[in-house]
Amino acid sequence: MNVFEFMITRRESLWHLTVEHFYLVFLAVLIAVIIGIIVGIIITYSYTASVFALTICQVLMTVPSMAMLGFLLPFFGIGFRTGMIALVLYSLLPIVRNTYTGIREIPNSILESAYGMGMTPWHVLLRIQVPLALPVIMAGIRTATVMVIGIAAIASYIGAGGLGELIFHGISRTQPYRILAGAILISIMAVMADLILGWVEERLMVR
Amino acid sequence: MIKLENVTKIFPGSEIPAVDNLNMEINEGEVCVLVGPSGCGKTTTMKMINRIFEPTEGKIYVNGEDISKINPIKLRLGIGYVIQEIGLFPHLNIAENVATVPRELKWPANKINQRVDELLTVVGLDPKLHRNRKPSGLSGGQRQRVGVARAMAADPPIMLMDEPFGAVDPITRARLQNEFLRLQEQLKKTIVFVTHDIDEAIKMGDRIAAMREGKLVQYSDPNELLSSPADEFVANLVGRNRSIKRLHLIRAYEAVRSNVPFLEKGDSMESVREKIEDSELRAVLVVDDRQKLIGLVSADDIKKDRGAKVAGDLAQEIENYVTDDATLNDALSVMLNLGEGYVAVVDDGHKLKGTITLGDLLEVVKDDDARAAS
Repeated sequence: MNVFEFMITRRESLWHLTVEHFYLVFLAVLIAVIIGIIVGIIITYSYTASVFALTICQVLMTVPSMAMLGFLLPFFGIGFRTGMIALVLYSLLPIVRNTYTGIREIPNSILESAYGMGMTPWHVLLRIQVPLALPVIMAGIRTATVMVIGIAAIASYIGAGGLGELIFHGISRTQPYRILAGAILISIMAVMADLILGWVEERLMVR
Repeated sequence: MIKLENVTKIFPGSEIPAVDNLNMEINEGEVCVLVGPSGCGKTTTMKMINRIFEPTEGKIYVNGEDISKINPIKLRLGIGYVIQEIGLFPHLNIAENVATVPRELKWPANKINQRVDELLTVVGLDPKLHRNRKPSGLSGGQRQRVGVARAMAADPPIMLMDEPFGAVDPITRARLQNEFLRLQEQLKKTIVFVTHDIDEAIKMGDRIAAMREGKLVQYSDPNELLSSPADEFVANLVGRNRSIKRLHLIRAYEAVRSNVPFLEKGDSMESVREKIEDSELRAVLVVDDRQKLIGLVSADDIKKDRGAKVAGDLAQEIENYVTDDATLNDALSVMLNLGEGYVAVVDDGHKLKGTITLGDLLEVVKDDDARAAS
């Protein structure tokens, strides 16, 4: 059986796995966006906090995904939730870092005139800092999403579901067409996410 | 209006005070220029007035109220603020930029819109053309105008301006300065104006505070600063050619010669010849039926074009003119740039007011020297 026959005959279950994979990534990135942007904003107010938070995120990124999953297993057991937690941790760094740099890179003259005219710090944040940092934050979300689509395949190993299952089953049963089908679908998803989020990012840059 | 009492500012980590025991009073409706070399504390002084910096010692009063007891947000909303880099918000359009303070004050939307249009017109930008543009689509001069409009949005009685015309070319700067002075004549705001350019200080200031190493060296009106500098530092700051600097203080409408011969565009060739014969400059200005300046006829033009019937046919376009709110220094630079011995003076509506010649300028400078010597 070649990979295309396989993909056509099993299209229903493949579709199911693709949706599951997408859902896993979407949820993980969504949570990471909420946490990451808030953390990224907070650390712009304190140099020490920024060094601390960015270092933690950096270290998290360097942990191999297998090791990360193995580490989380005793605490959260096998299944979807553990996989998602791992993915959230992986996507934090680009989002926190880009939120932080996006805000820090705003020229001082803009902030000085905003404060000097009597804007409250809250309004400066919501009306000036966040909108100006948005394209950079979006770039971080894009990096995180594309990366996590790949890592999510490994999360299938601990029963988080998704297209990774095809790959692991293919390995254990020596069925290369399964591995290939999983790899193709994951790649397509990653490329599409990159294109769509890249387009959004560009739209935000127009000024 | 604004009063500084024994104000000292020492920045953390520094031993030398940036501002050292400063006492001064700024009167209502006056332009007070803080001038001095970089690091003299002029900007620091200005920024303590809207509490961007807090004084280490001393008190600042605005309208008799100690500002350390006013909420900084409330204080700042009542003080217009323009900095050299302008700091327009690049993601917002011009109307939204100008509306910043009214929005903070929660004005209703229609009142904000009306005010934005009014202000853009005041600073010489057509609201229809510019409202929806982003700052990146404007020239340097236009951005400065938007910056001034934004600072005036809620009609604050006080304005702080830190080198507001510093980032544009000299010609645009002179024009912006003149427009601003004309505006100030009507609005009578209390303005603290920071610059390192003594020429700008003399031109803009009702009172000038010369500062050095955090201390106030001299605080007086421009005339006095020029004629009797307090010490060598001020004398150096003002420079040697003080008589020429005084040209900054006199406006074209004060020095214009209005009894110059001119032609209307319908005048016959005969009177054209007659007037050119009479004029010292061997050329005569031509106006239209509403007294607007349209050009110049010289003796050469008559020779060249023998078919002309009236003065209007011969009139050549003229570049050496200034508006009547320009200073004599502006007039001088126009003469020097174009190599002409005189300039025509027109009002806002381009109506001819008269001329100023190089000789007139020499008279002014000579008179001053005589006065200074006596």
